[in-house]
Amino acid sequence: MTDTTVTTAATPTVSSSRRLAIESMSAYYGDVQALADISLTIEPHTITAFIGPSGCGKSTLLRTINRMHETAPHAKVAGSIRLDGVDLYGANVDPVAVRRKIGMVFQRPNPFLTMSIRDNVLAGLKLQHRKVSKTHGDDITEMSLRAANLWDSVKDRLNKPGSSLSGGQQQRLCIARVIAVEPDVILMDEPCSALDPISTAAIEDLMINLRRDYTVVIVTHNMQQARRVSDRTAFFTVAGAGEPGRLIECGSTEQIFSHPVHQATADYVGGRFG
Amino acid sequence: MSTSYRVDWRRRLTDRSMTVVVTGCFVAAMVPLVWLLGTVVTKGLARFDWTFFTSSMRGIVGDGGGALHAIWGTVLITAATVAISVPIGVATAIYLTEYGSGWLPRLIRFLVQVLTGLPSIVAGLFIYALVVILAGPGARSGVAGALALSLLMTPVVITSAEQMLRLVPTSVREAAIGLGAAKHAIVATIILPHAASGILAGVMLGVCRIIGETAPLLLVAGFTDAMNSSIFDSRMATLPVYIYSQWQNKGADLAAYDNRAWTAALVLIGLVLIFNLTSRLITHRFAPAAQGVGD
Ligand SMILES: Nc1ncnc2c1ncn2[C@@H]1O[C@H](COP(=O)(O)OP(=O)(O)OP(=O)(O)O)[C@@H](O)[C@H]1O
Ligand SMILES: [Mg+2]
Repeated sequence: MTDTTVTTAATPTVSSSRRLAIESMSAYYGDVQALADISLTIEPHTITAFIGPSGCGKSTLLRTINRMHETAPHAKVAGSIRLDGVDLYGANVDPVAVRRKIGMVFQRPNPFLTMSIRDNVLAGLKLQHRKVSKTHGDDITEMSLRAANLWDSVKDRLNKPGSSLSGGQQQRLCIARVIAVEPDVILMDEPCSALDPISTAAIEDLMINLRRDYTVVIVTHNMQQARRVSDRTAFFTVAGAGEPGRLIECGSTEQIFSHPVHQATADYVGGRFG
Repeated sequence: MSTSYRVDWRRRLTDRSMTVVVTGCFVAAMVPLVWLLGTVVTKGLARFDWTFFTSSMRGIVGDGGGALHAIWGTVLITAATVAISVPIGVATAIYLTEYGSGWLPRLIRFLVQVLTGLPSIVAGLFIYALVVILAGPGARSGVAGALALSLLMTPVVITSAEQMLRLVPTSVREAAIGLGAAKHAIVATIILPHAASGILAGVMLGVCRIIGETAPLLLVAGFTDAMNSSIFDSRMATLPVYIYSQWQNKGADLAAYDNRAWTAALVLIGLVLIFNLTSRLITHRFAPAAQGVGD
């Protein structure tokens, strides 16, 4: 998996650019400000890693991108996020539609326990009321599970419950579920933190493949992982409890890890902080 | 420190006496239960025969006859009660957990709590008043009985369904939200199936709550000796009311009436037992959380 990471700018395979431009985003939970004035461009067909100490707002920023943030009680945002120029927080934008374009993978694998593996993959389509025929459903299931590197291990038990898989397989099932709805962007919040090293390696391989078709953003606490898989890295920090998280710098992963501009970044990636 | 290994007689004595007290209480609680079941079974077996389950009391004076009409009435009225209270109860619970905010859910919860403690005779009187307004005095019907019982059962369904819906993990809801699902789709496709087994168990509990109700049925469903298979029209017998009337209006052949009452009691307890066991089975077998991977 390491040889694939050295690819420089990945070549877009589709016409739409899928560039995310985050402009002066602030996010609040009630009166508490969790993020202050974040501006950051996420390049299409790259993997961008968000790193930083606990509580600096990485998850919050990720959740503002697909408008999940506002599902928390009393949550508010200010600022804008553009996907290919369209403001996702525009007046006529339906957050549900945004989430169909921007998929999310969570820290803990969360397959739907009442559904079979196949139904889990097709759950997004069903939830979006998209009609699929039996054969089309089979095709989508196979395509998505292949893309998630899971097809070979589950192809003989597609009707078994999703809970019959191991944690790492469940996480790949959750990735397949996101792939099935064909988003433009895939957000992953510490997708490997509940997994063993082998499952982690499998998912890292998968992320690198996903970059071909999607713009990928991951949150990780694992510096090696950020180095291995990401093209660009954004480092966040927080001054203290009750203070909002801020972006310190964002650049190519190579630059952030080798010659960071800020001392705080150097300390963090060098393991001397947090 | 040698003393610390010595047997502490005081503590041992307290232990022993506590064990005796607790066991005693347990036995004291079990004795009436076993006694009750024993009495119902032994007395109920006297008429636990084919005729009891195949004939009504029509034209019967003295020995013979059965409770088919009452069993049928209990089944129909219970089914109608379930048909009324489950949709209302589950819909209310969904509103409370998924949609409601502000003062309205709080008001609803308060009313549900009040209704949970509603004496059943009051439910009966309320429906009686309603039926008198709508259909005139003297009107009795199975559906009126079902309405009265629904007043008792709906709060049970709301409370248990609300608890079950709250147990659906946030992670599962978030997965569905993240897939671009609208609220109603999440509720129908993810949340309800997740909570279904628990809700069903709550419904079973509700059924157990109302299946033995007598007073409201006596008021609004009335009593009859004959078979009536229409819940919308005229009086309808049920098992509890059947027991009451056998006991209350004994004819010359006392034993015949007594025996029928006991057998009806046995059938009623059997029904409750079956519902209870089914509900336990369902919660244990089909709860998604039981398949591992909670959270
Ligand atoms: N639902 C919530 N309600 C209130 N405050 C919240 C909520 N979620 C997060 N916060 C607060 O917002 C701030 C940022 O949290 P966030 O989860 O985004 O941090 P993070 O960088 O993802 O941390 P970690 O690395 O531990 O996951 C924290 O101070 C946290 O306490
Ligand atoms: Mg986080």
